[in-house]
Order: sequence, then C-alpha cells, then structure tokens
Amino acid sequence: MRDFIIPQYPPGAEPHDDRDMGTPAKVGLPVTLTVDGFAITVPEGTSVMRAAAEAGIMVPKLCASDNMEAFGSCRLCVVEIEGRRGTPASCTTPVTEGMVVHTQSDKLRRMRKGVMELYISDHPLDCLTCAANGDCELQDMAGAVGLRDVRYQAPEDRTLLNHFARRDGAGVNAHYVPKDESNPYFTFDPAKCIVCSRCVRACEEVQGTFALTIEGRGFDSRVRAGTPEDSFLTSDCVSCGACVQACPTATLQEKSVIELGTPERSVITTCAYCGVGCSFKAELNGDQLVRMVPYKHGKANRGHSCVKGRFAYGYAQHKDRILKPMIRDSIDQPWREVEWPEAMAFAAARLKGIQEKYGRKSVGVITSSRCTNEETYLVQKLTRAVFGNNNTDTCARVCHSPTGYGLGKTYGTSAGTQDFDSVEQADVVVIIGANPTDGHPVFASRLKKRLRDGAKLIVVDPRRTDIVRSAHVEAQYHLPLKPGTNVAVVTAMAHVIVTEGLFDQDFIRTRCDWDEFQFYVDFVSDPRHAPENVELLTGVPAADLRAAARLYATGGNGAIYYGLGVTEHSQGSTTVIGIANLAMLTGNIGRVGVGVNPLRGQNNVQGACDMGSFPHELPGYRHVKLPDVRAIFEKAWNCAIDPEPGLRIPNMLDAAVEGTFKGLYCQGEDILQSDPDTHHVAAGLAAMECVIVHDLFLNETANYAHVFLPGSTFLEKDGTFTNAERRINRVRKVMAPRNGYEDWEVTQLLANALLKETGGAAWHYTHPRQIMEEIAATTPSFAGVTYDVLEEKGSVQWPCNESVPDGTPLMHVDGFVSGKGHFMVTEYVATDERTGPRFPLLLTTGRILAHYNVGAQTRRTDNVAWHPEDILEINPHDAEQRGVKDGDWVRLASRAGETTLRATLTDRVAAGVVYTTFHHPATQANVVTTDFSDWATNCPEFKVTAVQVSPSNGPTDWQERYSEQAERSRRILTAAE
Amino acid sequence: MHVHAPAPTEEEIRGVVMPLASLEGPLLPMLHAVQDVWGFVPQGAVPVLADILNLGRAEVHGVISFYHDFRDHPTGRHVLKICRAEACQAMGGHAIAQSTLQKLGIGWHGTTPNGALTVEPVYCLGMCACAPAAMVDGKVVGRVDEARMHRILAEAGA
Repeated sequence: MRDFIIPQYPPGAEPHDDRDMGTPAKVGLPVTLTVDGFAITVPEGTSVMRAAAEAGIMVPKLCASDNMEAFGSCRLCVVEIEGRRGTPASCTTPVTEGMVVHTQSDKLRRMRKGVMELYISDHPLDCLTCAANGDCELQDMAGAVGLRDVRYQAPEDRTLLNHFARRDGAGVNAHYVPKDESNPYFTFDPAKCIVCSRCVRACEEVQGTFALTIEGRGFDSRVRAGTPEDSFLTSDCVSCGACVQACPTATLQEKSVIELGTPERSVITTCAYCGVGCSFKAELNGDQLVRMVPYKHGKANRGHSCVKGRFAYGYAQHKDRILKPMIRDSIDQPWREVEWPEAMAFAAARLKGIQEKYGRKSVGVITSSRCTNEETYLVQKLTRAVFGNNNTDTCARVCHSPTGYGLGKTYGTSAGTQDFDSVEQADVVVIIGANPTDGHPVFASRLKKRLRDGAKLIVVDPRRTDIVRSAHVEAQYHLPLKPGTNVAVVTAMAHVIVTEGLFDQDFIRTRCDWDEFQFYVDFVSDPRHAPENVELLTGVPAADLRAAARLYATGGNGAIYYGLGVTEHSQGSTTVIGIANLAMLTGNIGRVGVGVNPLRGQNNVQGACDMGSFPHELPGYRHVKLPDVRAIFEKAWNCAIDPEPGLRIPNMLDAAVEGTFKGLYCQGEDILQSDPDTHHVAAGLAAMECVIVHDLFLNETANYAHVFLPGSTFLEKDGTFTNAERRINRVRKVMAPRNGYEDWEVTQLLANALLKETGGAAWHYTHPRQIMEEIAATTPSFAGVTYDVLEEKGSVQWPCNESVPDGTPLMHVDGFVSGKGHFMVTEYVATDERTGPRFPLLLTTGRILAHYNVGAQTRRTDNVAWHPEDILEINPHDAEQRGVKDGDWVRLASRAGETTLRATLTDRVAAGVVYTTFHHPATQANVVTTDFSDWATNCPEFKVTAVQVSPSNGPTDWQERYSEQAERSRRILTAAE
Repeated sequence: MHVHAPAPTEEEIRGVVMPLASLEGPLLPMLHAVQDVWGFVPQGAVPVLADILNLGRAEVHGVISFYHDFRDHPTGRHVLKICRAEACQAMGGHAIAQSTLQKLGIGWHGTTPNGALTVEPVYCLGMCACAPAAMVDGKVVGRVDEARMHRILAEAGA
C-alpha cells in the first residue's frame, strides 16, 4: 500500500495529536489484538508499536518514528507476545488477529534497562548544559526505562573506548570527532550520536536526497554527510531539516536553540515562501522566535519542510528592515522618517491631487501575492471603492496569469485540480517547465517518494533539472526542448495520442464538448504537428516525444505538474490550453492521482488571484462588466464600481511613460527587480508623481517611491494564505508587528485618509476575520469559509460553500465547472524574440533552492551560504567558442540591455541555451529580458531572450549607474536629525 | 608500484566499471574491479560510481567503509593478510603475527619502508584445519610457521 510521508491519523484520533506513533499508518482490513489487556482494532499491516500507541500505550523506542518505515535497530521497543518465543521488536512486528501483547514485564524491563545502559555508556552525561535538555528522546527513554546507574565506567588506566571524550589515556581520543558547524542553521555533534539511523532514513525516505550514510561498521559506525572529504555544507545536503527533526538527541541541533534555549510556546501558522503552503509550528520564548518546525498535521506538507521555511526566517529581524513610515517630495531627496498620520495624510493628499489633475483613472494599485487573502482583498477594494477605478493588478501577471486564462477557458475555473496528496496515487507524472526540487521542494520530496515507489516520470524542460536524474530518481523521458517551443511539443504529444488512437473516447463523449473535440481532432491530426515534423523546431527527438506521449496516455493515472516555464512565454496561455487538452484527451481529470496542477510560485498567488486582484475581475473570477456581480459589491461597499476593466501592470507603466498614469500603491512587490525590461519599469516609475511602496525593506522599486510604508512579516499578522492546491491555511500572529501595524491595517489607514479627504464613510475592520466574513458573503466559492471553520478543520480547499461544506480536494469530479470541457486548438506561433548573428543564444531564467524570487527575504538570511550571487550556466561548447572559462565574469547582453555576472560551465543546458537566476539586485537579470509577453494575459516572456555572452572584466554602465542611484536614493534622515 | 601511481582519471574508472553496469547489484563488483586494478578504491571513484548507479555519494561511501577489505589508500607491492581468528590464534598465529610485525618494524595496516609489503589482519580465511593461515596477494597459505613466513617475506622483498 502507499503510505504518506507523515501518516494521516485515523478518523476519531485527536486532531492535534502530536505523539509519535512509532511507525507509519497503514490502510487495510481491521485486525483486533490485545495490548496490556486493552483490545484495540487497527488496520492490517500496522506494527504492534503503533497499535499499542493507538491504545494509548507508548512502548519505549529510539530508532522508530512515524514518518519513516520501521528499522528495528535500537532494541528498546521489545515486547512479549503470548505463544511466541523471545522478545520481538514491536516496531517491526505486524499485528495479527487475536494477538496478545505485553509491553511490560520484569524481563522486558531488565532488557530495556540493559540496552539503555549500553547507549548511555557511550553518551556524555552533560544533560544540564546540553541544548536538547528537556527536549531529548534519549533523556525521556532513560527515564521511561528507569535507568538509575551506568555500570560501564571508564577503566582506571583511561584507555577507554568511547566516542565522546576528547582525550583518553593515550592522549587524543582517536574516536572523538569534533562538531561540524559548517551548516549555517544546525550543528552535527558526533559525540552525542547514538547511531540510530533516523537522520539517514529521514534524508532518504522523507526528503529523498540521500546525503547521509552510516560509515564503517560495529563500534566504528558513524553518521556521515557525504564522503570523508565533505562537511554538511559541501555534501549533497539541502538543509531541509528532516534529519534535525528526526534526531532523538542533540547530535543534530538547530543553532538557534543552542543560542536561545528550548522554546516554551508554539503557534501553528503557514509558511510565507512558495505555493506549497507548508504548515509550521513557530516555537517561541515570549516574542523571541526560536525555531520553525514543520507541523505534522499540515495537509500540504505532512510534516516536511525545506531550507527556506524551516530556517530562512531571519529576515524578519534583519537590520535592513524599515520600521517607520518615510516620505519625500521627489526621488532625488533623502527619505524623511515621519509618524503614521503624517505619512497617510501626505499620501492621501498626493493621490487626491493626482486624481483631480489627471482624472480618476490616473492611479492604481498592485496587490501582493505574499500578503494574506484579507490584505489583498482590501487593496483591490481600495482601488475599486475608493479610487473609483479597476486599476489593480498583481504579481500573478508575471507568473500564472496564463493559467487563469487557459484553465478558465477549458475547464471553467482557474486553479489546480488536485491536492498534493494526489501525487501519491499518480502512475505517470509529467513535469513541464517546472523545477520542483528547487522551487517547490516539499512537493518534490513527496513526488520523489512516489517515483521511488515506481511511478514513471516525463520531464519537459530545456535544462536537465535535478528531478531528471538524482539519487534513486530518473526520468523515463527528458524532452530538452528549445526555449519557446512548448506549444509545438504539447501539440505534438496530442498529435501522437489522437493519431495513434490512445485517447479516452468515453471520457470525452460524456465530459467534453464533442463538436469542439471533432474540430480539435482535425487540427491536431494534421501531419505538420507530427513529432517528426517539429523535431527541427523543438530540438526534441521525435522517438522520445512519441514514447513520452504514449506513456502518458497509457501508463495509468497521468498527472501533469507545470510551472513558469509554461506560462512565461508569448504563448503561455496557449501552452496551458494545450496541457488542459492533453488531460481531457486521456481522461486524466476528475479523480485522485491525475489532473493538471500549476505549481504556484508564491505563498498566496492563488489567493491574490482569487481575491479579485486582476483589473477585469472581481473576487471569485467574475468579470467587472457583469452588472449582477458589480451589484453584489456595490451593495457591500456602498459605492459605484467602474464597469470598465482597469490597467494591467505593463499598461500602467506604459501609461506612466505617456503621462496619463501618475500614482501607484504597490504592496509587497518589487516590480523593478521582478518585472521584465528593467529600463522600461524604471522609466515608468520615474514618471509617476506618487509611488507608495508598502514593504519590509527599501526594495529596488522604493528607489522610485515618494512614500514608504513599513510592512509586517507573516509572523506578525493574522490572516489566510491559499496555496497551489486551493487550500486556505490560517496565518497566525506569532508576535506583535514590529512596524506597529499589520498590513491590512495600513491599507485601511490609507483608505480612511483618502475617504477623509473625499468625505466617504471610513472602514472599520478590527480583525481579518471580519474581512473574511465579507469575502464569504460576496464570493460564492468562499461562502462557507470562516475562521471558525478553519480553526476546526485546520484548512479547507475552495470551493467551500453550502453544497461542499468541507471544501473540495478534487475539482471537476462529476463534471467540469464550465459544464462540458472545451478543447481548443493550439497553433504554434513563434515568439518575436529571435536569435540572430548578434544574439545567437537563448537565455532562460529560473530559481534556485536557497532563494526565493527577488531574494528580498532570503538574501537577508544565511541562505546566501549556498548561493551568494546569480550565476550564468553555459554549455562548455558555447563557452569554449567565446573563450569563457568556469568562474569567469561575462557580459550578458540582449536587445533590451546588458549585465555582468559569473559563468559556470555545465551540460545541464544544451548548446545554444544559457540560464540564470534573478535573485540578486546586483545582477538584475531582468535588465536583459524583453517586454514581449503572452498574447492573452501580458504575462512577460521571461523564459526566452536572445542574448550574447562575452568575456567581461567588470559591471556594466547600467549596473554602476543603478547602484549609485540606489545608494543615493536609500539615504534616510531620521526624525532626530 | 601502486604507491606512486597517479590517481586514475574518471575515464579510466568508467572504463573499468562500465562493463559491470548491467549486473544485478553492480556496486560491489564495481568496487572489487576498481580495487583489483588500482589496489585501492580512490576517493575519485566515489562520485563516478554514484553517478553511474544514480546513488548518493554518501551511500557509495557507506558501502565502501562497511567492508574492511576495501582500502581508501594504496598498499605496498604485495599484501600479506594474517588470520587473527580464534582457530589460528590457538595454533600460534598470534605469535607469528607479532614476530612478523616486529621484524618488519611496522604495525597492522602498515607498509614496509621500501614499499614492498603491507600487512593486514583478516578474520578467518576458512582455513581453520590448516591453521595458522595467511594470504599473500590473494593466495592462501596454510600452516604458517616462522620458516614459511620468512620465505614469504623474502619472496616479497620485505
């Protein structure tokens, strides 16, 4: 059977039961046994240890944990079973009908005490000064077995053999290995290790990285990261924290706990990094955050985490954080710190002045995919109800807006169709334009677990990403297409499925529009779409493409996961439609294990889209031109709503350059760094008269701002995030906002300052739950969502309303949201961005594990240990032609601009393709990207830029000019000066 | 001769192990092949084997370090293994081992200064009936006494 990384608890179990049940939950027929006189019924395959735990009896254990398979090495969990000889380990012994188990007897107590005595004889007795004191399973077990004495003492001549004493009779103890402190977040102290293998197994079974091993044998057995030449930092370790979590001693210990002490309280909240939306326990002393621990009952992450969510929260306390509002008349002046009322009055007066002078539509907002649903809702309400226009857009414009369009047109709603658990039932997984091991690591771990259990993998990506081949995981087919040819590849796959008769006719007849399908068949059967005929264009060998299409169509449950490599193209929407077509063709929609799943980039990009951040849609994806929808909000907000869609981000910038768009409130987004064609963004911002940046840091956009409103981190506010599986997770306030206000309060202050100027009725929200009540009252897919429901269920997946009060894990089960599924033709149209003699290479951009988007948060953490700068990946063949060696500085130039960065030579990218990340403002990779964009949604074409690479010896003029301007712009006069 | 040999290149290692890649459970045969050719398993072989078999580097290291027979450093030109298991010790193996090491002026795992011979302990060669037993460059020798040991050492040039 398939188990979960962290087992789900059986119905009836305590919802917040944090006990470690020892071994994973199983699914099977009921088996009844007796444990210490209590009858208990558990599924077949359950271990005796887990059965005992279900009955409330915790058998002592050290090497077992319920997020990994039983190992049976510590010999502490021995029990007696009537009718059986000996004392079997309860973790490795499955239950049988009528079994009678005794967990306590004199014999068992003696044995356990003896085992424990041996463990402790090779463990330092420095408990009082140990970082794990009070939070140590070894300590707990010593207590549980009643250990009172350790008879195995060091001999008088001190020729002792142990692993923890620095010195012995002969001088230095050859068995002592000093602490490895190379990882910035945790230490490895072999002196405290009991070699239970939990860390090694967590790395293998939970994370799937295989970075750890047991070195040697017998007394010489030690845990080792990598090889003897490695430290934790140089090994394959990705710092996910699973080993630290698994360690029953202080051997693997968070540095923050060593420094700050054991936490005394915890708050369950949701990570603010990627779209996986992991649940965490924030553990604190008072308002001092000690550590973030993945929450076992989190339904997205099932107790797992990655380096970002687990460790990279230090930015919240970083010295760069701005905590007081600041204003200035023009962007060449230094900032002036002011109190909140003055900042609000200044901003309101400016915005009002602009609207009076340039018209109602001359101002707008950009909502943030990092803020909560409630905060996003208020920002779009601000522009619709207070500014009186629909000029609202969000960073989804530059990432998943084509998903909204493509899935909306074909299926009727803009969202992934599955929950993350679904991957555990998938048989063939197709990953298109996504790099889950770096971008969505916790999902990647769950996927890799399924792949190790036998699911097949197809990867469509110009780069050989880690998921294509890494320890124990290997894609059956990697289709290394040329950037920009997604549509041709997806259409060719459909061609194979249709012409070879591999489509699911029953599904299509009952679920889809049959006439449209006929039309689609005519289109896609055309020989010009055959893999052989697009091979030259896409660079994908026809035989591989055919085989991959056949595998997807016939290999059982087929699930497609895709990312920004699909959307950020001039034909992003077309590829999304093509993907939706593939799933309908093969009937891979509407049940567990299949589906079409966009891997959302940011924590709340799904939510930001849901909340009406787009200029043409009110919350719940309802067009502003619909009078009945407008009426709902006009009544709720007591205002008139403009029936005309507003401006998208690129249109705002164009209008600013033209002089008709003058004011912008930009919450939690750094458009200067994240949006394409930096020169154009800078020109647009510079042309505005009031740019209000609401952020944690003086980001790059703030260099062009007149008002800076300090933001609050996810630790400092209440609200909800919606992850890539439409799961609405609670964000809970862990500490008071350091800047004084939660972000929704700041938006309310700004709205009220404006309403005071215009004489409108002020907003009176006192808690985000009231905002959610308003969302539920106005938006049918959220009608059943309240904070009480979230408190009770932990999380729900929308739609959640009267007909589905528990939410909707799977979409389109009985029928598509739009009724029938719509096949649409996907004609390949080449992008206008072409390579040529001057720009012969194609640049594609992406992310890396240690960093998150523009890096504003992660660059301010120790994650820079892994990735201190952006690096250009170039194929050795292209490098040799240009005289570029590994580590050289190179100039990366396109028609839009140029920058310099260092190069690394790798065959991960094919000849003709180069790749870099966009995490560092010093590089500003987006100086190079163009302003071409998706035909339907304006999503920028980040993934295809024709470039030239040449050796270089320093920063470009733009980099120097910009860095000088940025430094000048960041001057702050404090109130005291 | 192994002592001064340059570390093998990735291509050389691949050349030796790739013919074994289709075996079931190929890691151990590959490690034996590497050790047969170079006398030890060089660090440089770990990432190569990990790549070929799609394993973590740590896993390969874990396997190598589990078996005492795999060495991570070069040996002398000849390798003498002296059995240290119970039967051989009972038949005088311990004394012979001690006198041999003393004569050579080295400890267990040591190599003579002229690079001729490395002496290693081994636990049972399956030759208990002919104890005490030893093994010279893979060839077993039974009923080892001082005279026989002397001949072994002389032949090895130690």
